[in-house]
Amino acid sequence: MKKKLQEIVLTIPSFVWLLLFFLVPTLLVFILAFRPPDPFGGIGAGWTTATIRELARHQYWVIAWRTLWASAVTTAICLALALPTGYAVARASPRRRNLLLMMVIVPFWTSFLIRVFAWRSLLHPEGPVKKILVLLGLASPQTPLLYNNAAVILVMTYTFLPFAILPIYAAAEKFDFRLVEAARDLGARPFQAFRKVFLPGIRQGVVTAVLIVLIPALGSYVVPDLVGGPSSEMLGNKIAQRVFVDRNLPHASALSVVLILAVLAPLLAILFLQRKKEKPEIILEEGG
Amino acid sequence: MGEFLEFRDVAKAFGRIQAVDGVTLEIRKGEFYSLLGPSGCGKTTMLRIAAGFETPDRGRVFLDGQDITDLPPNRRRVNTIFQSYALFPHLSVRDNIAFGLEIAKRPKDEIRRDVGAMLRLIQMEDQAGKKPGQLSGGQKQRVAVARALVNKPQVLLLDEPLAALDLKLRQRMLIELDMIHDEVGITFLYVTHDQGEAMSLSDRIAVMDQGRIEQIGTSAEIYEAPRTSFVAAFIGDTNFLESEVADCVDGEYCRLRISGFPDVVAYNDKGIRPGQPVFLSVRPEKIRISRDRPQADPRMNIAPAKVEDVIYLGPTTKYWVRAGDHRVLVLRQHFRFFLDEKPIRWKDDVWIWWHGDDGFMLEGFRKGDEKLVAAPPQKVGEE
Repeated sequence: MKKKLQEIVLTIPSFVWLLLFFLVPTLLVFILAFRPPDPFGGIGAGWTTATIRELARHQYWVIAWRTLWASAVTTAICLALALPTGYAVARASPRRRNLLLMMVIVPFWTSFLIRVFAWRSLLHPEGPVKKILVLLGLASPQTPLLYNNAAVILVMTYTFLPFAILPIYAAAEKFDFRLVEAARDLGARPFQAFRKVFLPGIRQGVVTAVLIVLIPALGSYVVPDLVGGPSSEMLGNKIAQRVFVDRNLPHASALSVVLILAVLAPLLAILFLQRKKEKPEIILEEGG
Repeated sequence: MGEFLEFRDVAKAFGRIQAVDGVTLEIRKGEFYSLLGPSGCGKTTMLRIAAGFETPDRGRVFLDGQDITDLPPNRRRVNTIFQSYALFPHLSVRDNIAFGLEIAKRPKDEIRRDVGAMLRLIQMEDQAGKKPGQLSGGQKQRVAVARALVNKPQVLLLDEPLAALDLKLRQRMLIELDMIHDEVGITFLYVTHDQGEAMSLSDRIAVMDQGRIEQIGTSAEIYEAPRTSFVAAFIGDTNFLESEVADCVDGEYCRLRISGFPDVVAYNDKGIRPGQPVFLSVRPEKIRISRDRPQADPRMNIAPAKVEDVIYLGPTTKYWVRAGDHRVLVLRQHFRFFLDEKPIRWKDDVWIWWHGDDGFMLEGFRKGDEKLVAAPPQKVGEE
């Protein structure tokens, strides 16, 4: 009973924080979606479902689909890069491991905005990347590197990659690599051992990596705004546009609700799948 | 049958540590062969070289006449039982055992049949659906054995497979392993630091220390006729007596001078010449002890001694006695402890004696090996 009380006392601060700064604002956004806008950028009187119904327009379906698609591709690329990296870092000697982890974290020392701007100059038609590609004959002078979907996915991948590497590394670091040896001993080729033993062993890390990349990617705003073109707009851009350009808060709220639901869906799906898999087990683990 | 698994002058270093230093071994088909030595002696590295997890810096490894030195682990027909068992935690017992067969893409019904047979062999048919985390130590060990054997390897490599088990379970698994070896008839290479395990299971034992082979032989050969001070001290207990060879009678027996003893006779199995300094190793249970002086015998070495310590162990008693400058350990089995008219006690004056054939002269004596023999602390300032 005492332990229960202690638990409650300890969780109160974070609970209150989340209540005030997460749950209440989210509810406000939900409510706003059903209020009419007034012509001066404020909220009108009364209630309406017109805003929500307006979201069914074709234009939004395209943007929502693009948001989902670009985020999924980004997540997939991040995972494909983070898995071998996490594996390699976890297997490195302790000294090299710290160096490698440092290299993963170092980008955070520079402002995110500055790093995205750096990409703009890198990918610029007169920028170094373009020049090298043209020199190597891999791109024609007309190939655009900037202001398209590819640029958005590239820079999003760059932005989110450390968030994928870290949880995968954390899981790989706890992984018992003797299991990989056991698999090899039983006839598995290196890749088979990776897929059949290592991947299931770090499942929790992979799930975390997917969530931690996919969810912020769905809400991306800065990256598509700075390196994307008019045809690579994502939901985040539309919301910003409704707020800052159209001064239509109810419309922005309605879009936000859609985004929140889109983010919640994969989260709930994964939680549900995990709950289903983890049947209660009697654990008789004895040391080691 | 000739050698089946052969190590030819194999060496392996990790940084500045020479783990294996020029080892040549020939293991026969169907043999239960043990590598025995203290931790860090290189025995596990030898096993990992056989499994393909390490590539030797020098030397070759042959399996059934084929050079396997450069083959990756998955292409060798050997399987390993790891010290930690390394069972796949996300797979059931059945899927763990089937792992190798599924990788080999064997037909489904064949896999089901072979895995079923293995589950029967290890008597775990009713546990097939459990995950490794739900098994006890002994059950995990059995699953590890089944997971390796189901692939019908040419050699089974066992890396201290019983080290994680408690004593009683270890003794039972020892018998089970022996039965399994008899049943499947494949070659076992067994790595252990436990002399009891090695001696009770093995056809032959290679004793290793500091990356080298000290002696190869059957359990009895290694115990009864140790060639080096390391083998004498590591396998069982022994007494080391520093001595000088006085003379050798027709090369058969030598007379040794040991301070505090009358002349000592020892069988000369190594062609040792007079004048050489040697160390004599005498096993404690070969030495007899009594309060009465035994009858003189030219082959018997008899010396007076004083009892300094008595350790009653149940089936046996250990006596630490002082004879001249030496502390000598004597192990005696007693048949009727309380009925013996007068058990030997602390500070008693006694006689100790042993047969000349029971002392082994060791040439390669290393001072540090004396520490392997556990002795109670010397009592300082005591008469």
